[in-house]
Amino acid sequence: MSFRVGDRVRVADRVHAGHHRTPSYVKGRSGRIERVHGPFANPETRAYGSDGLPEQVLYQVAFDLEPARTYVDVFEHWLEEER
Amino acid sequence: MNDRDHDHDHPHEPIAGDQGSVAARARALEELLVEKGVVQREDVRRNVDWLVSRSPADGARLVARAWVDPGFRERLLEDARAAALDLGLDPGPSPVVVAVENTEQVHHMVVCTLCSCYPRALLGPPPAWYKSLPYRSRAVSDPRGVLEEFGLELGEGVVELRVLDSTADIRYLVVPRRPDGTDDLGEEELAALVTRDSMIGVAEPLAPASAIV
Repeated sequence: MSFRVGDRVRVADRVHAGHHRTPSYVKGRSGRIERVHGPFANPETRAYGSDGLPEQVLYQVAFDLEPARTYVDVFEHWLEEER
Repeated sequence: MNDRDHDHDHPHEPIAGDQGSVAARARALEELLVEKGVVQREDVRRNVDWLVSRSPADGARLVARAWVDPGFRERLLEDARAAALDLGLDPGPSPVVVAVENTEQVHHMVVCTLCSCYPRALLGPPPAWYKSLPYRSRAVSDPRGVLEEFGLELGEGVVELRVLDSTADIRYLVVPRRPDGTDDLGEEELAALVTRDSMIGVAEPLAPASAIV
């Protein structure tokens, strides 16, 4: 599943015990794809000595949070298509 | 420990804690990594030298050029890494650097809620407050309150405040608004007005000397 700018997505609401770069405050939240940054090594495996392959596509996702619109970079395997 | 089950209803020492013990731990880690052959001592020294040689002056040059050259401004907003290379600057190891522009209507501010990601190549080492837990949490939960504490009052025309959380590989640089009364200034004089904090989005650039009189 790859996404395009403008797509509505939802961040998976899951617990990940190891190193990961998805902040808790957006887990389970819906947002909109703002930019497609391209493929990057996966920090969840790279943190433990691996090469981080296969790469995961990194997206900038816009979330309308209460105080201000917030843009967070989220890897593809954390995103689900919003229906 | 998972950060989600770490309640703060108990007292403990400030997270920044005892700098002495942090330094000792860093030294111990370095010793171990060198001993195991994971890093070379020379690499550590070279990286530290590189980091402390960086300064916000490089970011300021990018901003000042964008203020005087519309074509460069476009290039900077399109691909900040390429724009930095155009000026002979070192954009750093991050493969993607994104510049975002403040306008009369939109104000951007940058945070790294998970640690201290920062465009070090273009701005130098991050300030201590940028790495502090209060800034990292409140930039998202109460960004307007944070800006107020920095003494930044958003203009009346600002209808949207955008917070950029640099959670991964991308580094963000804010292009602040060019101050009024700077039409006669050259690029170098303009660059002198562009502060580090204005490129993080928690301040406006300095006013030109003539405006203070």
